[in-house]
Amino acid sequence: MSWIKDLVSPSTRSWEDFYRNRWQYDKTVRSTHGVNCTGGCSWLVFVKDGIIVWETQALDYPGLNPRLPPYEPRGCQRGISFSWYIYSPLRVKYPYARGALLDLWRAARAQHTDPVAAWASVVEDDAARATYQRARGKGGFRRVAWDEALEIVAASTVYTVKKWGPDRVVGFSPIPAMSMLSYAAGSRFLQLLGAVNLSFYDWYADLPNAFPEVWGEQTDVCESADWYNAKYIVVMGANLNMTRTPDVHFVSEARHNGSKLVVLSPDFSQVSKYADWWLPVTAGQDGAFWMAVNHVILREFFVDRQVPYFVDYLKRYSDAPFLVVLDKVGEAHKPGRLLHASALARYKDVENPDWQYLLWDQKSGEARLPNGTIGQRWAKQPGKWNLKLEDALDGAPLEPLLSLIGGKDDVLPVQVADFAGGEAPLRGVPVKYVQTAAGRVAVATIFDLLLAHFGVGRGLAGDYPQSYDDEAPYTPAWQEKLTGIDRQTVACFAREFAGTAEMTEGRAMVIVGAGANHWYHNNLIYRAAITALLLCGTCGRNGGGMNHYVGQEKLVPMAPWSSLAFAMDWGKPPRLQNTPSFHYMNSDQWRYERDFTEYHPVPGNQPHARGHTADLEALAVRLGWLPSYPQFNRNPLDLAREAEAAGAKDDRAVAEWTVGQLKNKSLSFAVEDPDAPENWPRLYFIWRGNALLASAKGHEFMLKHYLGTHTNEVANDVAEGSVHDVVYRPEAPVGKMDLVVDLNFRMDTSALYSDIVLPAATWYEKNDLNSTDLHSYVHPMGQAVPPCWESKTDWEIFKAIAARFSALAASHLPGTMRDLVAVPLQHDTPDELAQLTIKDWAKGETEPIPGKTMPKIVLAERDFANLYNRFVSLGPAVHHEGLTMHGARWSVADIYEGLAASQPQAPWDGRTYPSLSDAVDAANAILRLAPETNGEVAYRAFQAEEVKTGMPLADLAEGYRGSSYTFLDLVAQPRRVLTSPCWSGIVNDGRAYSGYTLNVDRLVPWRTLTGRQHLYLDHPLYIEFGEQLPAYKPKPGPFVMRELDNSKDGGALLVNILTPHGKWHIHSTYMDNLRMLTLSRGIEPCWLNDQDALAIGVTDNDWVEVYNDNGVVVTRAAVSARLPRGIAMYYHAPERTISVPKSPLRGNKRAGSHNSLTRARLNPVLLAGGYGQFTYAFNYWGPTGFNRDTFVYVRKLPQLNW
Amino acid sequence: MDVRAQIAAVFHLDKCIGCHTCSIACKNIWTDRRGTEYMWWNNVETKPGTGYPTLWEGQNKYKGGWEVVDGKLRLRSTGKVRGLTNIFFQPYLPTIDDYYEPWTYRYQDLFDAPAGDDQPTARPISQITGQYIDIEAGPNWDDDLGGSPIYAANDPNLVGLSDEERAQLFQLQGLVFFYLPRICNHCLNPACVAACPSGALYKRAEDGIVLVNQDVCRGWRYCVSGCPYKKVYFNWSTGKSEKCIFCYPRQETGYAPACFHTCVGRIRYLGPVLYDADGITAAASVPDPELVEAQRALILDPFRPDVLEGARRNGIGDQWLAAAQAAPTYKLIKQWRLALPLHAEFRTLPMLWYVPPLLPMMGTVTEHGYRLDADELYAGLAERRVPLRFLANLLAAGNERLVTDSLAKQVAVRFYKRAQTVGDVPANKVEKLLARAGCSPEEAEQIYRLVAMPTFGERHLVPPFQRELAVADLVDPQTQRGEEGLGPRRRPHREF
Repeated sequence: MSWIKDLVSPSTRSWEDFYRNRWQYDKTVRSTHGVNCTGGCSWLVFVKDGIIVWETQALDYPGLNPRLPPYEPRGCQRGISFSWYIYSPLRVKYPYARGALLDLWRAARAQHTDPVAAWASVVEDDAARATYQRARGKGGFRRVAWDEALEIVAASTVYTVKKWGPDRVVGFSPIPAMSMLSYAAGSRFLQLLGAVNLSFYDWYADLPNAFPEVWGEQTDVCESADWYNAKYIVVMGANLNMTRTPDVHFVSEARHNGSKLVVLSPDFSQVSKYADWWLPVTAGQDGAFWMAVNHVILREFFVDRQVPYFVDYLKRYSDAPFLVVLDKVGEAHKPGRLLHASALARYKDVENPDWQYLLWDQKSGEARLPNGTIGQRWAKQPGKWNLKLEDALDGAPLEPLLSLIGGKDDVLPVQVADFAGGEAPLRGVPVKYVQTAAGRVAVATIFDLLLAHFGVGRGLAGDYPQSYDDEAPYTPAWQEKLTGIDRQTVACFAREFAGTAEMTEGRAMVIVGAGANHWYHNNLIYRAAITALLLCGTCGRNGGGMNHYVGQEKLVPMAPWSSLAFAMDWGKPPRLQNTPSFHYMNSDQWRYERDFTEYHPVPGNQPHARGHTADLEALAVRLGWLPSYPQFNRNPLDLAREAEAAGAKDDRAVAEWTVGQLKNKSLSFAVEDPDAPENWPRLYFIWRGNALLASAKGHEFMLKHYLGTHTNEVANDVAEGSVHDVVYRPEAPVGKMDLVVDLNFRMDTSALYSDIVLPAATWYEKNDLNSTDLHSYVHPMGQAVPPCWESKTDWEIFKAIAARFSALAASHLPGTMRDLVAVPLQHDTPDELAQLTIKDWAKGETEPIPGKTMPKIVLAERDFANLYNRFVSLGPAVHHEGLTMHGARWSVADIYEGLAASQPQAPWDGRTYPSLSDAVDAANAILRLAPETNGEVAYRAFQAEEVKTGMPLADLAEGYRGSSYTFLDLVAQPRRVLTSPCWSGIVNDGRAYSGYTLNVDRLVPWRTLTGRQHLYLDHPLYIEFGEQLPAYKPKPGPFVMRELDNSKDGGALLVNILTPHGKWHIHSTYMDNLRMLTLSRGIEPCWLNDQDALAIGVTDNDWVEVYNDNGVVVTRAAVSARLPRGIAMYYHAPERTISVPKSPLRGNKRAGSHNSLTRARLNPVLLAGGYGQFTYAFNYWGPTGFNRDTFVYVRKLPQLNW
Repeated sequence: MDVRAQIAAVFHLDKCIGCHTCSIACKNIWTDRRGTEYMWWNNVETKPGTGYPTLWEGQNKYKGGWEVVDGKLRLRSTGKVRGLTNIFFQPYLPTIDDYYEPWTYRYQDLFDAPAGDDQPTARPISQITGQYIDIEAGPNWDDDLGGSPIYAANDPNLVGLSDEERAQLFQLQGLVFFYLPRICNHCLNPACVAACPSGALYKRAEDGIVLVNQDVCRGWRYCVSGCPYKKVYFNWSTGKSEKCIFCYPRQETGYAPACFHTCVGRIRYLGPVLYDADGITAAASVPDPELVEAQRALILDPFRPDVLEGARRNGIGDQWLAAAQAAPTYKLIKQWRLALPLHAEFRTLPMLWYVPPLLPMMGTVTEHGYRLDADELYAGLAERRVPLRFLANLLAAGNERLVTDSLAKQVAVRFYKRAQTVGDVPANKVEKLLARAGCSPEEAEQIYRLVAMPTFGERHLVPPFQRELAVADLVDPQTQRGEEGLGPRRRPHREF
């Protein structure tokens, strides 16, 4: 019996052409997806008969080296669904405007020949304004012509700039790396205007604050191929299968090469299936687990036995040997500030002596100053900013001591913060006494403080735990009640982890993600794990380190891109605003809470570690710690004009004039009275993102206070009496935004709620650039078909807006004018040396000195009528000033000239510039100017870095000086980036990228106070909050955050709702894609534990109502034993446009989405600034928009109503 | 000995991440049209779970595959003779509800909703009726243990598990899941072909790909019932059955099948094997526990001179023989004995094999919390979070030994590599583990390379189809060169 048909006649088989015809196609085009998935995958888009039909992954990544598995294929279920969107019924094919607005506009336009006057008549009529605001999100869209849409946008922009100031125009677009030019299109327009770009990485709580804290780095991690080099991989708060789909194979392949995988996750997650060990650590308690791991590592690898590799690593690359002054508090001591060089007579003449730090040198038996500190970084005489262990004065080799226990002068009782137990055990720490100008002080090494902090006794006096079974902090027994993990398992884990690192010199890593970083105390969770990684010498080693992948923040050609994207080629400074602060204040979410100490209590009576976050935010703005736009309560164009009229001719004089205005109270910061109409943001541009839903923590508050439409929040407005510096107005404003403009290819929630929706080209219809942390290639986004229907690329849309704006500006805003800009103290500049202590000039504690005790005040030049011309021309500052990154600067004048010669030219106003008219021109300009894509530029950048460090570095680029990529090269094949001093990994000779290998191999300091990796943080605010050393702080509980006050339980289930990244979408993109909806459940369900579901009578696929004071969600339940009791998972981020019924609980109005349950609040310690690595940079530092500590009630939906 | 070539496949379940990229690659290219909305020629299931169509493994309901009755192999549902006498009665067909009713949404409402007092939302509607639909099933409904009390708890492979094992599987501390990607198995003994009253289904001689001739199919749907894997589907629009075609148009032009190409877990292996067609009936007729070995025995050593001679006698060219010798499939299935067929007891001799997953160590809950017995770096066979009986029911026709052999070898290779790359495992321990798994260090090294390091070409050995030879049967290839593609595309005709 055989079913083989070799006798079937050839003609009978000719039917097989049926399927062969389907497979045939006309062309493939290389592209990728710009969706902040961190994938950056290379795809081939198939075009058949001029129609995009499908996509499959490209397979032609150049290999790294033969000892690593290859990268192919990269791309996931979401990416491969993208072609569905192109011709789908969800596609925005034409411009749309809200009917209610359009009627008002057309009526006004009939009355006014001047569009700006027409706009004024609409928005200055409160009743008219409220009419279209109330209509937002409620249907009534009308298709309009491009011309009319652009006129409304341009007229409203001119009006706003004139009336309120350019800093009342704000734009949000996330994660430029995913489509760099599309981002730059909008940001370039906004910055030429003087408007505000809102940050994203911190707002998403994707920024791991621990990275700037420990490393002075936004984020720098290994590419996924380096996972394969790790021999012990710990995954925490990350679900690699779900979120790192194209990369996770490296983990699997590492396992089959003898690596061990341990997964920490409260649920049996998708990646747990892959693990050797799954540890069901209680949600959000990973920090406690790592605290105990550190206890074991310190005990067994540093005290009972010493591992030479670990000790040597700590001495060279960490702050562990540095000296800390112990402050006497009653009978006890508290770890205080680092011991400054200025304290010692020997170093009194060094430059910046308050910014240089000492360690104990075994050889000389004295405190000594090594190279590499921040004071040396910003010294006028460069060349000592390196990690050589040499005395900074005479170059004598240093032998730092980790511990002073051998030659101690004394043992002092030091208080250990125990925020969980509420006690403060006293533990003896060996100290030396040092004679300083201010008298004798007791100092201890950070390493000795660590041992005391973690409770590792060495026969010293004090409350040291006796064994692992002692429940004192931070033993394995101590963590059990927090994590639910048995002490023996923790100890065994620590032994295996450190043991592997010992055997392999640091090839043990942690892969970490949103599941850890989205908690309120994320920085402490991270620091606990980083401490273990540092103790084991893993950071800066291939196969080691803290590898955080949350958001595609790595924009590889950063230096030239920043210049172009923020229009710095035409002048500085840009207005870049940290979004968490912006939304917390402007969308009035601050009004719904009282003192932060209700949920973040700090023992003692510290001056800044109490009160209302809004007051601390205002302090941070006053002191120049954080930016704040809208900046003042007056139009900055008017301010500049007034200052000039008062005789202020330059920046210094204008700054003085401004200080005078602030002092006499005729000027104030807008943040101090955010609800005053003159301080509202007015115009909101949204592109490449979902600012009103997926990126809208406190979505329902934004609907109310920004948009003025319906809301499902029922929270109490309670800030009155709690805020003191910030003005509390009894009436909270409703509908601050005059106009919301959204560029979109799909009708998502943001589009649905916008006033004007402009049809954007998709990722298969435009040319752009893309890069990521997860691999080391630069990618093109390629145009497979021209923009469909009436859509245009972001680049072309903003060009069109700019042209229309400039035409109106010629009469309304003629000539060049000055714009007064307040700029916070900046990271990677000498501003890092601004503030040793916290002194508020507004309270008379110090003088207001711009750039020192308060923000810098700078005049920027605007030329509104030529805004379009500037947009399409690469400006002269690139030629004159060169490019800069991390404080180094190098010349690119010849390359600029080469671009002017080789690229299309933009002549205007009697001069000729390299044209940026086409996005491909802009791409080529970036590629030619970037160290990562042009070896010659890398060489120059390293030369500049050599001057700063005094170390040979340019050899790293020597062999690549001839390598330079063009956009067409990338189209032909993905290209691997070159080693560059703008990043910290060395990738020469096929080496996998791993963060900080440049620091470790080449002794380049980290951009921190000591130049080393910081276990200890001595910012005065951190000391006040008790976070000098990695501490454990409890999670805020369900009832302390005032989110359940008006949501009665009535038998409902109380759960901590987690919103991890899901399987069927990337944020909200793809969530509405039929492919993904079909493979999931046609909706984003709320996952519940089976016993929990039973308790409220819910069975699988039942409709449920999920609610708290912030808002409500109605969806279906996915019931599974995979989750522990007490948590629910509602995967981030469903659209409320898809299959959302109404909520009986909230007046039978349409229910919301995941962000309907959230409210923004800021962790005040993360407002710290003005000091070392705690100075501000966009998306680098500041409070984050965490949301994991959200509690909700869940009940069965009583009645389904559409 | 009748030596034949078959393109075989191996899926390494330990590497599978359940992402479904494969499913969408297939859907985009092959089943994104009227009548095929509900079809997923490639789908991925969560195990334990009931799959798609629901409970497809339960042959008491669907009567797919073969059984041995009185020593003779026969179709469980119907033979050709019985079928023809009952041609209008199909009691064992899955209904649309067993698959799911395909749906979409009223997306246009988001654009067209008139100004109102509340926000519009796009409600789901049936793709079949156009009416509002209450979605209650989908092609991947129990993904990642969604609805575990209903779906996972009814997985047919739980048969034979003790009460204790079952209880453990459905509470968090002990549960486990893994993924099972499925396509047509392109069986050596395909029940679908046997069941077709029209002779529309055939197994291609040159590569073993099983196809439904769209010209000949009359829509009797016996193939749908006959296939125990439910991998033949009825197109309600054309009235013909369709199934996974192993992407022959791609393979014929040198591409791996779409679901293989797009597999980002890098779990899939493809390549031709040689087998003895004379042995099919016998191999499909042995008792259950012997089925896997009998099936392995059918696959021939592509280096044996008599096999090569027999192959050439049957017209298998040198390029294919070289491909069979280099194919990763032969190594994983036969040489290293790592891969196992899905439900061999269906007796269709599937040519898609699976390497069983390792899965994490089982923990216990003590008064102190969750504890793992941590003497070992990697879990031994007894401490794994999956009952071996479950895997054996799924992949070895109940023969647990075959599962443990495969897992033990995978563990031994890992220890071998650990010792080599870290050095914290004693050499004698590695030797003992390898010996127990019947694996030499050389073989361990080769297994490691093919599992951890393979390039695209090493995973997918698409044999060289010499299309000029096939074309020449109908038209001179030189003529074809000038005429290829001219004229309107021809669709199979619907005749009723």
